[in-house]
Amino acid sequence: MAKRIVVDPITRIEGHLRIEVEVENGKVKNAWSSANMFRGIEMILQGRDPRDAPLFTQRSCGVCTYVHYLSSVRAVEAAVGVEIPKNARLIRNLLHGAQFQHDHIVHFYHLHALDWVDVVDALKADPSKTATLSSNVSDAPWGGAPYYKQVQQRLQTFVDSGQLGPLNNAYWGHSAYKLSPEANLMAAAHYIEALRLQSRAARMHAIFGAKNPHLQSLVVGGVTSVRDMLKPDRIAEFKHIWKETQEFVERVYIPDLLTVASHYKDWGAIGGTTNFLAWGDLPQSEKEPESLFLPRGVIFDRDIGKVMAADQEKVAEHVTHAWYEDGEARHPYQGETRPKHGDYETGGEKGSWEFGEAKTGKYSWFKAPRYENRACEVGPLARALVAYGTGNKAFKDVVDRTLKHLDVPVTALFSTLGRTAARGLETMVIGNAMEGWIDELVENIKSGDTKTYQSWEMPDKGMGYGLNDVARGALGHWIEIENKKIKNYQYVVPSTWNLGPRCKGGVVGPLEEALIGTPIADPKRPLEILRTVHSFDPCIACGVHVIDPDSNEVYKIRVS
Amino acid sequence: MEKEKKQFYDKLEEKGVSRRDFMKYCTFLTATMGLSASYVTKVADVFAAPAQRPPVIWLHFGECTGCSESMLRSTYPYPDDLVLEILSVEYHETIMAASGEQAEDNLHSAMKKYDGKYICVVEGAIPTKYNGAYGKIAGRTFLEIGQEVCPKAAAVIAIGNCASFGGIQAAAPNPGGYKGVGEALNIKPVNIPGCPPNPVNFVGTVVNYLLLGRLPKLDNLNRPIFGYGKTVHDQCPRRSHYEYGEFVEEFGSEEAAMGYCLYKLGCKGPETFNNCPVAKYNDGTSWPVEAGHPCIGCSQPGFWDKMTPFFEEL
Repeated sequence: MAKRIVVDPITRIEGHLRIEVEVENGKVKNAWSSANMFRGIEMILQGRDPRDAPLFTQRSCGVCTYVHYLSSVRAVEAAVGVEIPKNARLIRNLLHGAQFQHDHIVHFYHLHALDWVDVVDALKADPSKTATLSSNVSDAPWGGAPYYKQVQQRLQTFVDSGQLGPLNNAYWGHSAYKLSPEANLMAAAHYIEALRLQSRAARMHAIFGAKNPHLQSLVVGGVTSVRDMLKPDRIAEFKHIWKETQEFVERVYIPDLLTVASHYKDWGAIGGTTNFLAWGDLPQSEKEPESLFLPRGVIFDRDIGKVMAADQEKVAEHVTHAWYEDGEARHPYQGETRPKHGDYETGGEKGSWEFGEAKTGKYSWFKAPRYENRACEVGPLARALVAYGTGNKAFKDVVDRTLKHLDVPVTALFSTLGRTAARGLETMVIGNAMEGWIDELVENIKSGDTKTYQSWEMPDKGMGYGLNDVARGALGHWIEIENKKIKNYQYVVPSTWNLGPRCKGGVVGPLEEALIGTPIADPKRPLEILRTVHSFDPCIACGVHVIDPDSNEVYKIRVS
Repeated sequence: MEKEKKQFYDKLEEKGVSRRDFMKYCTFLTATMGLSASYVTKVADVFAAPAQRPPVIWLHFGECTGCSESMLRSTYPYPDDLVLEILSVEYHETIMAASGEQAEDNLHSAMKKYDGKYICVVEGAIPTKYNGAYGKIAGRTFLEIGQEVCPKAAAVIAIGNCASFGGIQAAAPNPGGYKGVGEALNIKPVNIPGCPPNPVNFVGTVVNYLLLGRLPKLDNLNRPIFGYGKTVHDQCPRRSHYEYGEFVEEFGSEEAAMGYCLYKLGCKGPETFNNCPVAKYNDGTSWPVEAGHPCIGCSQPGFWDKMTPFFEEL
């Protein structure tokens, strides 16, 4: 008999997410992803000055700060018809590269690692063996037995205080944790180091972007941080922080990723999806999509040998299973945001907990975006596959090397592990490219070009879109201007692609698809669900209830 | 106490932070908090030998998590110090290991164990339309959760403009009927607005509480006067350009490169109370006007409506 499990709130994500799964014979048989908050920023934008849209939309997310700011400013620039100067493009790319570095490091260590790393088990580790392990697998700037002893002591003091705070009541000791105590201690130490590093790394954003989170230096037509650009010490400081961050990526993040992956190779066959979409990003000239450093493309049915050109006209959003007024699937230009909150109805079997017979079948605040009617995964894995499939050398090198290192086939990419690995690999590739962009900026300034802004005039009417690929995946903003004001504004974000509900045809979204088939060792402690959910780096949050449809009993899940 | 202090300074050295750097930070923080220099050593002691780790329950409502992220950008104390040694963060959805029912258990057991003693930090606004149906956690509305958790706290700190005044989702037409925490729950929290606020203003408020056993002095909008007592305009390093009538009229102009006043491009500094020009962001690296962008007034109530269009002169 199938069992229902509800995890609400999902923690270690941005926002409010509820996951419900049906488990049969130790595996997930069906899944529902539900976003639990509606803010209505698209509705708030209507009638406002288009120049203000980037500042408004940036507030969609403070974890992936900057990305909506960038996508929005590009959409408005397309609608008013202005092309930005080279320096502005380079500074925007540098800020975006820094965002990838920062965001992916925080995701791996602070949002995802505890799904693989048992911190409490680290207390059992032998610090000198940890030091040996650490020097074998990584080239980290810290190490040695005294260092690990000190970290372990700090954790022990914390645990002994009886105030476990954020570590309280998690799935510690779960049978699905596979790392040795020493590997757990190494990872815990790096969790703390990464917490400090990210704080310093964010200063890259402050240098050209005023502050982080929520930068304030982009305007329609370019960037405002001209004085920072003209100060050699500012650029030198940016380069210094970039270097420290990239060294962390190469010497700590990637080795940790490979160490964790080598203990969880079975996750190379769990949590895969079928179709992949990347808008691409980081333009190397004014030509798009040809010059995009992260290439644009779409892959159907896992056929990476056949990457197709991606066209925004083929996007439509479905609301059949979302809390909006019913209507046809619509392209974002025709998009509507008409909220209609109803009951949470996933159409469970009769008699099960709160589900009953579905009257509306609506269960999420997320709309369901589709590309040619297909649900597509977006994000680091989609980007790596599109790049790999189109023969991009930088990506092909690191992906092949990683597959070889782990001794797994290319098909292992279509998985939870593949998704988590792709995120690390892309951090390395993008980080490496950033140095060239810094040098290019310096050379350009030296050549006498200090232009950071192009003047423009607001047209009475205009339409435009900005297609981006950001930390969490393909992001598009669409704007229509009328009487110099915003007539309609819609954005289709990575997390609606990945975590959206079923479409009109009843086809599941990528996360829902990925969860199906996931093994669940203990329905009362569904650690495995968190692994796959977090591998998508959701931007929305959870509580787990286990439902037994026979007894209607909501199990209280307790872990000491 | 002396032993603990020594251990603390030894640990700092290991992290590459000298005692001098640390005292410099404490001096800066003490000054930011508006306390006299005689408090510097006492402020240092709050970090060096905390008598207890006060329990914190951190709630997320209608928000973007930018305020949590901003606090994670604290460089002294580093976020791991805040979490492991200074505070006891009992519930915080973005960083806690537990999910689902176990996470909910943490919230309820902390409320019971520390009844009337915990600091409740709220990030995000509360939707009130349809009895709060626009935002739920574990099947309960933000409104229900706020009504349960906030009144039992020793102090409520509303962090960010959303929790303080409703923020962006409360901008017209406010589709969800979003309100700030004080208004939605009819309580008087300490408001630390900003979008997001500078971590120093949060740390200053908490240190004030740990040091003096009370919250800092507040203005009529419940903002700590130490951080929000003066306008951005009054503290702005470009102020003399304003007085001399030297303005930037267009982005990308020569005047922009010379760092003239941004008033005519819509700077809201004259009507915005915050310490950005002095405290700056990300370890004192920069702030919007330094990056050539007008202030958007993000620590003021209703700034998404009252300060827009952002690029039009006040």
